[in-house]
Amino acid sequence: MDEFSGSVREDETERPRREIHLPSGNRDEEEGASWSTTEGQSQTTDERETERQSVAGGACCPVGHLSFPFSQPPGGPGPAQLSPSLAAMSLQSSTPEALRVVNLLQERNLLPPTPIPAPTPCLPQDLQKINCHPEVFRSTLTSIPQTQSLLNKAKMPLGLLLHPFKDLSQLPVVTSSTIVRCRSCRTYINPFVSFLDQRRWKCNLCYRVNDVPEEFMYNPVSRSYGEPHKRPEVQNATIEFIAPSEYMLRPPQPAVYLFVLDVSHNAVETGYLNVFCESLLENINALRGDSRTKVGFITFDSTIHFYNLQEGLSQPQMLIVSDIEDIFLPTPDSLLVNLNECKELVQDLLKSLPSLFEKTMETQSALGSALQAAFKLLSPTGGRMSVFQTQLPNLGVGALQSREDPNQRASAKDIQHLSPATDFYKKLALDCSGQQVAVDLFLLSAQYCDLASLGCISRYSAGSVYYYPSYHHQHNPAQVERFQKDLKRYLTRKIGFEAVMRIRCTKGLSIHTFHGNFFVRSTDLLSLPNVNPDAGFAVQMSIEENLDDMQVVSFQAALLYTSSKGERRIRVHTLCLPVVNSLSDVFSGADVQAITGLLACMAVDRSVTASLSDARDAMTNAAIDSLTSYRQSVLTIQQPGLLAPACLRLFPLFILALLKQKAFRTGTSTRLDERVFAMCQLKYQPLAYAMLMIHPALYRVDDLTDEGALNINERTIPQPRVLQLSVEKLGREGAFLMDAGTVMYLWIGRNCHPNFLTQVLGVPSYAAVPDNLYMLPELDTAESQRTRAFVGWLRDQKPFFPSLHVIRDESQLKANFMQNMIEDRTASALSYYEFLLHLQQQISK
Amino acid sequence: MEAAVFILSLVDCCALIFLSVYFIITLSDLECDYINARACCSKLNKWVIPEMIGQCLSTMLMLISMHWFIFLLNLPVAAWDIYRYVKVPMGNMGVFDPTEIHNRGQLKSHMKEAMIKLGYHLLCFFIYLYSMILALIND
Repeated sequence: MDEFSGSVREDETERPRREIHLPSGNRDEEEGASWSTTEGQSQTTDERETERQSVAGGACCPVGHLSFPFSQPPGGPGPAQLSPSLAAMSLQSSTPEALRVVNLLQERNLLPPTPIPAPTPCLPQDLQKINCHPEVFRSTLTSIPQTQSLLNKAKMPLGLLLHPFKDLSQLPVVTSSTIVRCRSCRTYINPFVSFLDQRRWKCNLCYRVNDVPEEFMYNPVSRSYGEPHKRPEVQNATIEFIAPSEYMLRPPQPAVYLFVLDVSHNAVETGYLNVFCESLLENINALRGDSRTKVGFITFDSTIHFYNLQEGLSQPQMLIVSDIEDIFLPTPDSLLVNLNECKELVQDLLKSLPSLFEKTMETQSALGSALQAAFKLLSPTGGRMSVFQTQLPNLGVGALQSREDPNQRASAKDIQHLSPATDFYKKLALDCSGQQVAVDLFLLSAQYCDLASLGCISRYSAGSVYYYPSYHHQHNPAQVERFQKDLKRYLTRKIGFEAVMRIRCTKGLSIHTFHGNFFVRSTDLLSLPNVNPDAGFAVQMSIEENLDDMQVVSFQAALLYTSSKGERRIRVHTLCLPVVNSLSDVFSGADVQAITGLLACMAVDRSVTASLSDARDAMTNAAIDSLTSYRQSVLTIQQPGLLAPACLRLFPLFILALLKQKAFRTGTSTRLDERVFAMCQLKYQPLAYAMLMIHPALYRVDDLTDEGALNINERTIPQPRVLQLSVEKLGREGAFLMDAGTVMYLWIGRNCHPNFLTQVLGVPSYAAVPDNLYMLPELDTAESQRTRAFVGWLRDQKPFFPSLHVIRDESQLKANFMQNMIEDRTASALSYYEFLLHLQQQISK
Repeated sequence: MEAAVFILSLVDCCALIFLSVYFIITLSDLECDYINARACCSKLNKWVIPEMIGQCLSTMLMLISMHWFIFLLNLPVAAWDIYRYVKVPMGNMGVFDPTEIHNRGQLKSHMKEAMIKLGYHLLCFFIYLYSMILALIND
């Protein structure tokens, strides 16, 4: 599994490391045998995926696809028909540990010392070896219940969490003349199909028998004929195909980047324009694309400014359009120019842009009109729009009112205004999605900006939202550093254009709800104008028909996209999970982190459609119901106390963490924009980072040793234990690091050893620790190196840049740090132990 | 006079039946992927208010002509139509929202609602027909 553990920053380059070219070989084309699919037949934009399948002939050869420990009957079936003894054996081996009864009221140290790994589905060893990596594709229940009634009895949500475009260090890429797919359900061939004989394969999603095409019989890797099950498509659960022209609706688009910048007085005050221009100048050669890449710029305050960057001009020319009610493009072309040809002009513009607006006194912001203009500019080609906004848009179409009431921030009851105020941004996002334009929003403001309405522009156009509250170049240097690093990642990360994703499941399962930033164009087709490696998605499933004679079910996520070099590619991930029919087996396969992630998404939906208190009650009930079901149906011996299976022992802790999360908490003063942003992030972030947001990791760092350290790139990275989030664990003599996803806190105890203060922070005493320290000084001591290596390692694992804050007892940020101490009691929330008692009381009712 | 009222309600009911059938056909087109979500929702949103007006017209007619039983029969559906229209959140693009229609089984629930309305309107149609014939005979 090591191929996936590389650092996120180690991008897979456009030239993949393992590229397999398969020659076309003997190809007889069957006349008129192009099968158009039933999917995507909507009238406006549809992907007509057709395939020409050649006739397969020849004798059968009984070759089993997967080697099983037991002998297989000839012409043998694949994993779909495991012998019962094998199934029982594999389930039994994992039952003891996952179902070990834990009394939550008595055992206090439940958190494992290392980050929690994903549970392994109990499949035979050879199936599990090639199964999809859990960081890419994960299910809430690793053993799928056989019937919907069994799932209802378990009282846990069934869903999948995916991270399909994750940066992978090893990705097999296949260029083939035919991409083998099932004739009826259009599933791509994957490691979990069964080969009936050498010439026919049975789809694992719809069970139809298909023919193996002639050229698929030849295996170029081993240069042998007649072993289709050894081909890379059938050996790898994650694979990328280079798509032929049938998969393109139009010639692949070039990379087009448009930057829409707020230049009102407020914006210039914050000083973000300098940072942006510097960052873009630095990274202009690292922007993903090829020779056709285009860029453009639009700035706006109460009027919209376009920039004519035509090759041949001596300097960029600014064109101002003040008719914001009926926006039009001043010139038909040369507003979006080829980056390679006009690079000097672009660089000139970036150098002069901050000074152009230095003295501006405009306070109004016509964001809606700017977005419309930008959409007009991008709609012929599609591409990415990056919008930078620093205040509430108050002019023209899409103007928003300030809806937040500061007195309601600490309300113990319901929070209002979590849903959009207007459908303008949603409509515009749908228009953008139709033209393959994605809008990314950077919000850098200190005041209320109605992110609930503005966020729609990114949510339905597959963009991402970045929020830097109280951004200011002088008053808030930590945010500036975060903005810089995030921009660098944003400009240089991998990107896919005009993408669609389809998630298919075995017959009997169906998907009914989707979570994430995209537009659901038809029943299971997700339209993603841009796909980026930092986006996660979640879906909820239901069991429509009983999975009676199936031993395993499979899920396939196929992402069809245009790479930044203009190549059409398909990334396919396939996950296989066993089917069980007893409640205890369902419980033994529960993945507590995935369940928490999915519940968070569901709670966000419930808060917006119903109310926040509804969502909070639903989360508590999720814990109560599942533990009640366990107690009543699975537990044979009734003991007193709050009993949970070992796999769900952290579930109440995570539910409490969600209830205290910024998105869902009541009673503590939370700004509305920050709350809405936390909700957006819970739906958008892949599970690993969402879990850090929900339950931060706490480490003691003043006594780092090399014991158990990792050795990566010749650096020794210490691995301290993960501690529980309680002030009990904070000692006055220590220094503790809390990793909360987007932010890290380094808390220094009052009596911290002076060694740590001098060697790592470079200050003589506790009182001398500066207030706004946000960087660890680079001292030449062993402790400093270890601490910096550890912090750097934590940072490298994330695609965004977490800011670091060093805090003491007197710091302003101490409240933020203490709010993350989930297990403690606060004025408005229960402590962990009290929460457990509350659950126990509800369960025994 | 009686007959006129019932003839009017009959015509109104026919229109409502045709509208229900149109809703069912459009929603099933979306289910089978013949149109996309945006086209479907804009088509259906266009007819939400006419449907509401038609239903309220029928209810008012019955109220004015003092046929209490049929009035009480029409009232719940009119109330439901109005409630559904008023309860649309501000950020949604109408009763049928293309971003939400594929989520949480909304497509299925809209389909069920349209089917129930169709059955209900057919029932009302026969009631009006019978009452109209009675009124014509008694005239």
